[in-house]
Amino acid sequence: MREEAHKVQVQCEVNGQAVTLEAHPMARLLDVLRENLRLTGTKEGCGEGECGACSIEVNGELVNSCLVPVLHVDGAKIRTIEGVAEHGHLHAVQRTFLTRGGAQCGICTPGMVVASVNLLRRHPDPTEAEIREGLSGNLCRCTGYIKIFESVNAACRPKERRA
Amino acid sequence: MRAYLPGYEMDAPRDLAAALERMTREPGVWKPLAGGTDLMVLLQAGTLSHKRFLSLWGLPELRGIEVGREHVTLGALTTYTEIRRDQTLQREFPLLCRAAAETGAVATQNRGTLGGNIANASPAADSPPALLVYDAELEIVSRGRVRWLPYHAFSSGYKQMDLASDELIRRIRLSRTKSEWKQHYRKVGTRRAQAISKVCFAAAAHLEGERMVDVRIAFGSVAPTVVRAAQTEQLLRGERPAPGILRAAQETLSREIMPIDDMRSTARYRRQVAQNLLAEFLEFLSQ
Repeated sequence: MREEAHKVQVQCEVNGQAVTLEAHPMARLLDVLRENLRLTGTKEGCGEGECGACSIEVNGELVNSCLVPVLHVDGAKIRTIEGVAEHGHLHAVQRTFLTRGGAQCGICTPGMVVASVNLLRRHPDPTEAEIREGLSGNLCRCTGYIKIFESVNAACRPKERRA
Repeated sequence: MRAYLPGYEMDAPRDLAAALERMTREPGVWKPLAGGTDLMVLLQAGTLSHKRFLSLWGLPELRGIEVGREHVTLGALTTYTEIRRDQTLQREFPLLCRAAAETGAVATQNRGTLGGNIANASPAADSPPALLVYDAELEIVSRGRVRWLPYHAFSSGYKQMDLASDELIRRIRLSRTKSEWKQHYRKVGTRRAQAISKVCFAAAAHLEGERMVDVRIAFGSVAPTVVRAAQTEQLLRGERPAPGILRAAQETLSREIMPIDDMRSTARYRRQVAQNLLAEFLEFLSQ
């Protein structure tokens, strides 16, 4: 890392691509992703780690990007909502959110999808309780959650996995 | 209002020695930052008064869970997720695992650290009541010095800690003597995830026959610090967890806690809930 005025350079991998981020070391990863890389799929909701709208994965672990200083991702592998679909194919969770009404206004959806994908990697066949716990840090003010839980549940069925 | 970032500085020392060197050379200037789940909230809110931060997140010396013959020792940067996943902790220290599971939600548990929770010294923190029950000890290091401190002696008042400006918490040690004790944890909050507690309760008792030969009872959010209910413990020692002792125990408890009204609850509610939780614990023991 090389310091330049108040800024530092942070090397990391974002959605499979090596990048160098130049930012203040305490800049929120959320802002750096949105402003430096124009990855605006990650949303800001509360800005205090309560709502999960800014959920991303760092080294495979779910984090609230509003609470991560960019200095902490030097050398890390990051995945944002833009990296969830691979080779032009939606992830099973993205498909079921579309077909089962898991998304309404959309502001929570990127975080909700990233948290769901993270959950399914840890629990490929989650119980209802595991789904609820896995998404308990993501707030939605539209759906009442039931259609979101149904979408995640449906994404685990063999038919959706194959598609 | 959002903070003006150029007014802040953050540096990541390459190892623990470098961090301690910096803290000795410029005492009080550098505030440690671990997972950032508390400090980054203040930064965004524009209320972070400290200006210079030492990031500890990358320091390997503060990581890892070691299981020894007599103790389990956790690096200060152990996250709640790591606590929840550890099999020895699940088996022998269920109160700590429950506390970790009820702190925030997944994303916070991946970043929040036990050492950060201790040093942030919130009276509403979820893990410290469990640490008090387990008679936890803190390893506190500064340049050229190491000391061990019982956790119950760490806090002396609201955000008042026995931690000098050149010192860091390196590890937390738990004695493996209570795995046979009956243990009970309950966090009372507005919601099961993402809520800060109104009252937090952790307790354990060593039963011989029907009697409690030893007992630990600890609370969060009922005093300026997380507290042990030492007088209530004293009253219960040697007794059976039967209805006959409950009233006296609740009265003693009510005298030794000092809950307040704040944005999350009222003193009156907290006092009542604390007494209810004590009743629940005694009932749990009698089953």
